[in-house]
Amino acid sequence: MSVQPTTAAKTERLLNLVIALLSTRRPLTKAQLRAAVPHYQQTASDEAFDRMFERDKDELRDLGIPLATQLVAAAYDDELGYRIDRREYALPEIGFEPDEVAALALAGRAWNQASLASSAAAALTKLASAGVELDERSVVGIEPRVRTTEAAFAPVHTAVKERRELTFTYRKADGTTSTRRVQPWGLTQWHGRWYVTGLDIDRQAERVFRLGRIDGSVTPVGRPAAYAIPEGHVPRVLVAASEPAQADQEPAVVRVRRGAGNTLRRRARSVEELDESWSRVQLDFRDSQGFAQEVAGFGPDVVVETPEIVRDAVVRLLAAARDRHTSSAGEATTRGGMP
Amino acid sequence: MIAPRAPRPAPESATARLSRLLTMVPWLLARQGVDIDVAAAQFHVTREQLESDLQLLFVCGTPGHLPDDLIEADWEDGQVYIGNADAISRPLRFTVDEALTLMVGLRALAATPGVTGAAGGTGGEAILRALAKLEEATGEAAGVAARVRVTLDDGAAETILTDASRAVQDRRRVRLRYQSLGRDEVTERDVDPMRVTSLDAHWYLEGWCHRAEDTRLFRLDRVQSLEVLEVDGTPPDAAQLRDLAGETYQPSPDDVLVELITEPDAAWVADYYPVESVVDLVDGRRQIRLRAADPTWLRRLAWRLGGQVHIIAPATLAADVARDADAALAAYPPEVLRGLGGDGMPRTPLSAPVSDPAQLPGNAP
Repeated sequence: MSVQPTTAAKTERLLNLVIALLSTRRPLTKAQLRAAVPHYQQTASDEAFDRMFERDKDELRDLGIPLATQLVAAAYDDELGYRIDRREYALPEIGFEPDEVAALALAGRAWNQASLASSAAAALTKLASAGVELDERSVVGIEPRVRTTEAAFAPVHTAVKERRELTFTYRKADGTTSTRRVQPWGLTQWHGRWYVTGLDIDRQAERVFRLGRIDGSVTPVGRPAAYAIPEGHVPRVLVAASEPAQADQEPAVVRVRRGAGNTLRRRARSVEELDESWSRVQLDFRDSQGFAQEVAGFGPDVVVETPEIVRDAVVRLLAAARDRHTSSAGEATTRGGMP
Repeated sequence: MIAPRAPRPAPESATARLSRLLTMVPWLLARQGVDIDVAAAQFHVTREQLESDLQLLFVCGTPGHLPDDLIEADWEDGQVYIGNADAISRPLRFTVDEALTLMVGLRALAATPGVTGAAGGTGGEAILRALAKLEEATGEAAGVAARVRVTLDDGAAETILTDASRAVQDRRRVRLRYQSLGRDEVTERDVDPMRVTSLDAHWYLEGWCHRAEDTRLFRLDRVQSLEVLEVDGTPPDAAQLRDLAGETYQPSPDDVLVELITEPDAAWVADYYPVESVVDLVDGRRQIRLRAADPTWLRRLAWRLGGQVHIIAPATLAADVARDADAALAAYPPEVLRGLGGDGMPRTPLSAPVSDPAQLPGNAP
């Protein structure tokens, strides 16, 4: 991994600039900086220096370096001076206890396979540079991980950070797509998937979008910091609110074959052994359709007694599955047998 | 499987390098005489690159740039010494993303304190203390971090997570009662734990399973009980951690090839499971090919989605779905069947699946 000579020269210039700005107590004017940094001295013209300095300034700010400006008295008129306040620049001294350090190491490593992996690694290295000893041995074998496999993660994350409007094509569960304009407020990972919450501008209402259902590119619109995020907005709440709510209702009663239906047994209100083959299990459920799907998944091992709404839903599901697959056998035969 | 080709490394930008140098100087100042290879490893660069970084530092310094103004760097005998670098002796404060990764990670861990508890700490309390200190030190970034949330888990019992983590650390064998959801059976397994890891909202114990004589991933919310045995749990040499960069479950070419068609309301199946190929058909239907070591879970999927999924191949699997659905229906009184699902009866259209597909059988054992 060799560095291009020009890149090395630029790194050297930027580092000298940072050191000059950190070392001065009084803000330095552009003329003073041109004299202080060797590469600036070598620029061919004032314009070339101006262009180079403007670019350098932006790049330092992009790195998070707090470059402050202040008017200073110069020969003819007040002029802009530049400096970096060391207290603003430096990571404050933080005294972490060993158990806190172990937690930090786990938190940082969790991003190893995510699009923010380099930021997490840089954060841990900065802690090490500030004298925090990260003892990897204390957390060997323990690997929480956050994944960001969705292509939309990086642009949406940037927009959430910057408070910048987005537009994208969104595919609903039924496959229909539409263009959405959104002011993103928050990003949430829930059940292993990322969601963005925010204001849907066309609908003027809070909405939740699954990043995995964003088709194609995500386009930022307008300026950063373009809107305020409502006080107390907790993205998780909005995502959870889009899940079916717990209803107050009588438990369902189902017969479960012995040795089967273990997930149902585990969360049962009660289990009563009927005979050598069957148990009767009482269960709380959220919504009848979701619960019916779960029960239908056990096929012949679970039979619904009550309520009717669940029983009927299970019968419909199983009958539909049977019919679908019975006709498939017929089609296959027809396809194979007919000229 | 073909290994993905390593992407060609992009040349490092000047700002990326500057960023490394600004972190490296305080790191070296705090560890005078550190081995140059240790330093290179810390910054994920080659020794050659680290030497080139030190050479660059050597020509930088305060205005004037006379010898006394320049940073001192010495790495003879492979030990690194740094001096005269007062201005940059402290690391630069966290960027928003740096603060965010740590804070969001800590908040996620706070929901499962058993893990850090086992890591020699005091668990949840230590996480909250670390979080409070970070918030104070990062200021503005803390506000942005609050807008990003991660839920690492929503199921595993804390005691099982703690015991599993501790068994990994102490190298002790564990005895699991494990419920494989795909097969609806409970098995008892002795496992030499290798790591505890979270993936897509679930915690897993990975270890050498003496029953399977292979490494296995056990989803902790399916572990009914976990007993730490008074037995050394060092896994055999053959045990290798899986690469979890991709999916929890990596299909093998020997697995059964399954072909199915999903109706529009079940289009999510292709997004949810690792599939080999997806073809979008007319009317929002999709034709999916996937591989499964044990296609049992696909029967369950077909039943629960009641006709929204149509298994085309293998034909034996499709026949199983029909036969066992019929057997299940036989348990209901004829008047119920006549009203709802008998042959020739109009099929009631199904709404989109309301339950979260995360409840569906996954692909771990």
